[in-house]
Amino acid sequence: MAMLDFEKKYRVRGGTLLGGDLFDFWIGPFYVGIFGVLSAMFAVLGTVLIVYGASQDTFNLWQISIAPPDLSYGLALAPLEEGGLWQIITVCALGAFITWALRQAEISKKLGMGYHVPVAFGFAILAYASLVVIRPLLMGAWGHGFPYGILSHLDWVSNVGYQYLHFHYNPAHMLAITFFFTTTLALALHGGLILSVTNPQKGEPVKTAEHENSFFRDLIGYSIGSLGIHRLGLFLAVNAAFWSAVCIIISGPFWTRGWPEWWNWWLNIPIWTWGG
Amino acid sequence: MSSSMNLNRSLVAGVLSAGLAVMAGCEKPPVDSEQTGYRGTGMQDVDNPRIEAENAALHAAPEARESVSSEGPRAGEIYQNVEVLEDLSVAEFTRLMQSMTEWVAPEQGCTYCHDGKDFASEELYTYQVSRKMLQMTRDVNANWDTHMSDNGVTCYTCHRGENVPSETWFEEPSSPKTQVAAGLGNVQMQNMASDKPAYASLPRDAFERYLLGHEDLTVEGDTVLPTADWSKSLKGTEASYSLMMHMSDSIGGNCTTCHNTGRLGQWDESPVQREISWHGIRMTRDINVNYMLPLEGNQPEARLGPTGDIAKVNCATCHYGRQLPLNGTKMVEDYPGLIGDEDPNFDYMQFGDLGTEGLSGDNG
Repeated sequence: MAMLDFEKKYRVRGGTLLGGDLFDFWIGPFYVGIFGVLSAMFAVLGTVLIVYGASQDTFNLWQISIAPPDLSYGLALAPLEEGGLWQIITVCALGAFITWALRQAEISKKLGMGYHVPVAFGFAILAYASLVVIRPLLMGAWGHGFPYGILSHLDWVSNVGYQYLHFHYNPAHMLAITFFFTTTLALALHGGLILSVTNPQKGEPVKTAEHENSFFRDLIGYSIGSLGIHRLGLFLAVNAAFWSAVCIIISGPFWTRGWPEWWNWWLNIPIWTWGG
Repeated sequence: MSSSMNLNRSLVAGVLSAGLAVMAGCEKPPVDSEQTGYRGTGMQDVDNPRIEAENAALHAAPEARESVSSEGPRAGEIYQNVEVLEDLSVAEFTRLMQSMTEWVAPEQGCTYCHDGKDFASEELYTYQVSRKMLQMTRDVNANWDTHMSDNGVTCYTCHRGENVPSETWFEEPSSPKTQVAAGLGNVQMQNMASDKPAYASLPRDAFERYLLGHEDLTVEGDTVLPTADWSKSLKGTEASYSLMMHMSDSIGGNCTTCHNTGRLGQWDESPVQREISWHGIRMTRDINVNYMLPLEGNQPEARLGPTGDIAKVNCATCHYGRQLPLNGTKMVEDYPGLIGDEDPNFDYMQFGDLGTEGLSGDNG
């Protein structure tokens, strides 16, 4: 694969996080690094184990499901066919995600950039870890994790939501949903704005950041600016993942009843009885 | 100090205070959880053992009185005006009367229901109520084994030492303000904090619809796409959901106690609890229509609800937050006088499903 003209300038060895020069090279466009090797190993092992698990049951893509152990195993290891596979695959998944984040960090370091990308990706890993590690630890059993299957994980989501009678009353779920939707809104507005300015019809001149700022000042009296919009995007997206993690961690470990009932603190604040 | 540091600080403060607001009023681990379905399906019941321990006394059945001889003359031969328990021996009759006093009127004693000068007098409304309630108890113990198996109920199952069970319901007054404001539509009994739908914004008249009346709870169609024949509305779904909230709440369970929620309507994926609860809904209609409503006229005003109706039963009246009332203690085994004769014509499909023969009076 041909190298882009600027790439050669940045393909400099050294500055790795770990492993020195050992894997400090490129294959095609990809930087390898020790974390690339580890990430690939975790991903391949995890995938092979899922295929093995499927071979014991069904290869129907919709129905493949690697389920966690029974709650009775608590935080112990389970036999392979009874949730042990899920436990190993979970380790592989976390290993693959975390080494992937470290690979991002290593590339950032080699290029002398900030670590914004691995930090942002870290919130996605946190959201996954909260489902299969943090919440199960707090509730005392790996069996609280979700099964790895296209349809089976949806059953899990439905049933765990309904354990709290009406999940839309979960305050962190409300925040997470709001952030997810606002993220897509911001992304659509930003994408639309940039295309409208930098991708004009044939023969039209490309416009400038002044057009972008003027558009939003005309529209809503304020433009967040070309740096600010990316801060906002990062803030919205990271919060979506963060509050998703919070909303499932509090369901069970920190609240065992229906979520609507949680709001009774609102009925109990003294403002309703002030002045008799 | 740069302005970006200020911004960062206020962002951190904002995130922390939002986090604190979320955690306020929460519980804390460790919690108990019980698996009720195949692993990984999320069919589970999660409880807080500290809250359970606090309520333990409420769910403990009282010791049974020492058993007595069933020999000798019958109560109906010795006492006057005995209509329901006439076949008990005098000793059994007295024992049951004493137990009922402890269960229902421990402070007031015998004269809560009886005229102190003439125990056969029907003067007091409480006398008439207790006679009806005895008939009810004997009826449900004899006929509703589809809901109760052989667990049975006694007066204590509902009363727990109170004159009136603490978990009952009255009809929801239809507020003169059925609209929030002109143009904003009818509020449809919704959006007011109430324990009836377990504090959700769902309609507050589900008991009237399903536990007194016999509206059809089913909202899920049996075809993938809606058809002209399937007229269930979102509003109907919310009323149905409202009763489900109450049922889950009153047995200390959740939707997965009875349903695999991905396919709520599908019977073959539902735990057996769903079938038991289905019968419970019919049993509650039986109790409310055949035993509570007929007593309404005799009640003093203080016992009536905001619309002038008598207190009625729902799932919580017996269950009090437990799947098995009194943790499954079979109290009634010690009180055979509370089990009536099985009705050979009893048909649980006649409580609003294939007919309404089981429902007398207003709603029949």
